Amino acid sequence: MARFAEHGPRAPVIEAVRVDKVNPRSRALRRFIAFIAVVVAVIMLIPVLVMGITAFKTRTDILASPPKVLFKPTLEGFVYLLFDRAIATQSRLEELEQNAKAGKLGLLDRIALQAGMEITGPSDYVSRLRNSVIITGISTVFSVLLGLFAAYAFSRFKVPGKGDLLFFILSTRMLPAVVVTIPLFLMYRQLGLYDRHLGMILLYITFNLSFSVWLLKGFIDEIPKEYEEAALVDGYTRLQAFFRVVLPQAVTGIAATTVFCLIFAWNEYAFALMLTSQRARTAPPSIATMLGSGGLEWSAIAAGSLGFLVPVVIVTFALRKYLLRGITFGAIRG
Amino acid sequence: MATIELLKVEKRFGELQAVKPLDLTISDGEFVVLLGPSGCGKTTTLRMISGLETVTSGRILLDGRDVTYKHPSERDVAFVFQFYALYTHLSVRQNIAFPLQAQGEKRELIDRRVKEVVDILRIGHLLRARPGKLSGGDQQRVALARALVRRPAAFLMDEPLGALDAELRETMRAEIKNLHIAQHATTVYVTHDQIEAMAMGDRIVVMSDAEVQQVGSPAEVYYDPANLFVARFIGSPGMNLVNGHFAEGLVRLQGTNRYAVPPAWKKPLAQALEGREEVVLGFRPEAAHVNPNGALSGEVYASDMHGGYTVLHVNIDENEIVHIRSDRQTSPAIGTPVRFDLDPEMVRFFDPRTEAAVRREALR
Repeated sequence: MARFAEHGPRAPVIEAVRVDKVNPRSRALRRFIAFIAVVVAVIMLIPVLVMGITAFKTRTDILASPPKVLFKPTLEGFVYLLFDRAIATQSRLEELEQNAKAGKLGLLDRIALQAGMEITGPSDYVSRLRNSVIITGISTVFSVLLGLFAAYAFSRFKVPGKGDLLFFILSTRMLPAVVVTIPLFLMYRQLGLYDRHLGMILLYITFNLSFSVWLLKGFIDEIPKEYEEAALVDGYTRLQAFFRVVLPQAVTGIAATTVFCLIFAWNEYAFALMLTSQRARTAPPSIATMLGSGGLEWSAIAAGSLGFLVPVVIVTFALRKYLLRGITFGAIRG
Repeated sequence: MATIELLKVEKRFGELQAVKPLDLTISDGEFVVLLGPSGCGKTTTLRMISGLETVTSGRILLDGRDVTYKHPSERDVAFVFQFYALYTHLSVRQNIAFPLQAQGEKRELIDRRVKEVVDILRIGHLLRARPGKLSGGDQQRVALARALVRRPAAFLMDEPLGALDAELRETMRAEIKNLHIAQHATTVYVTHDQIEAMAMGDRIVVMSDAEVQQVGSPAEVYYDPANLFVARFIGSPGMNLVNGHFAEGLVRLQGTNRYAVPPAWKKPLAQALEGREEVVLGFRPEAAHVNPNGALSGEVYASDMHGGYTVLHVNIDENEIVHIRSDRQTSPAIGTPVRFDLDPEMVRFFDPRTEAAVRREALR
């Protein structure tokens, strides 16, 4: 501005001054915002951190007041979580201790022994975790696969009543899931789907499908149809073109949809609680029921929650490249 | 290579008529350009030939074989898209080999054919690259290679140079034309750029409003436009079209200008107009010559220097402006009165009622 005042507006402005880019105040502001973001992130992560720490504490350390920050880590919680155990009788204890000294006892048995207990077999939690893996895995694969085909059809073909159908699909998401649990429960009991893997898989597919159709349709809409047309003219059938051209281009969308479907099915609590009891019960309700059975095993609950978190974190990390990459089509301008 | 025949081919999208029944025969090895403004049906026509768009009625013959209802993959044509449609997840080599893989060709054959086309287009150094990293020109070369590699019966190109910048477009224009000559490949080429059409086409099919306006060689559509649309659309600037009244061998233009109709035109004009007087006088900018004793007069409204020549905008009446090409040295000041003559061989007349050109030959 000073230049203008001295020479008037006719004098050539040699260098452009971008006030918005170099203003030191704004740079400080940006740093401040970043700082706040970090602080918020840390605060958000505190419960997870506490959970992680608790999982490795002994029962006495957990209940200590004030809370112990430094402690001797133990796998006690995991042993409690994964195995059934019984309080050993005095004579049995002595026998076990001798075995331990002779080095005959495994690591896990020794941990149980420290609390005066004996491992009698794997706990229910193991089978429930297995149920979670099976149900989540199968339902996610089908949600994404069916969603992909449906999304492709909606994106590329003239479907009679397309708009209405899409709206109808979305309508399954328009009321809280819990509202339909009672009717579902009654139906499932009649159909013999109660407490069955198939029942839970079907349910999760149904709920995820609306989401995956909409999400994937967005991604497929972004893929120019010239790609497939080129493949069609080059001698491929529609289905070949779909697998060889559309699928590789939609990989970002597929990855994102997979993660979201997986997280939903993995974390789902209300239906699992209502529609399963033993055979097909998944991990989330069983972690919660641990609160009730035989005193509060905080370390076991924390260990269960931590173990439950790990698969989701792994999958999300494995696919983060696709999640962050966004949709870029280098060869198509327009 | 093959002939392509379109017999009464028509396309409707619901109520909208995208292509009115169209007859066209494209000979073996011919380079035919479909030219017209956007939305005129030229791309739809091309897509119907390729099979990407279904035909509402009519038949399409490829080398005498009826392909009207054949799947695109069974037609043996190659399509080059405006935005190349290269597969970004494949390397350049894989892109070029893609059509051959569809036919289940052997590896050695694929390698040999890829090498052939890559040599023709001089893109051997790019084989390992991803298409996304290439310049627009190279991407289009890869797209051309992908079309060539299969040795199809015909090439269909949908504004293949539309996405390139002007300089590159001229280079690629020559490259495609050379390729066409070397391969003797039947080619249908869609563009809205009339300069491109003139430069490349053996024949030009001018389309507008879902209809063919004229089919002819570049010279024919330029010098003998069939109607007012073609006259306006071809050329830059287009043909000058001035309304007038024909009587007693003279065309009275608005204002004071009178144009004496060349003797050869008098009879055909009288017959074509059937006693009506309204006529449109048409002449190309280069048909007018500035001449101090010229029959027509006006004053200079603007002048554009084009390098080798100058285009004068001459106002011959109130806001009736015609373009005249003059030599490079002449650049009269704005407002100067000028007089000019028209080359009698290059004057054309149109009937304003039908918009069709008046033909001399018809009466011979």
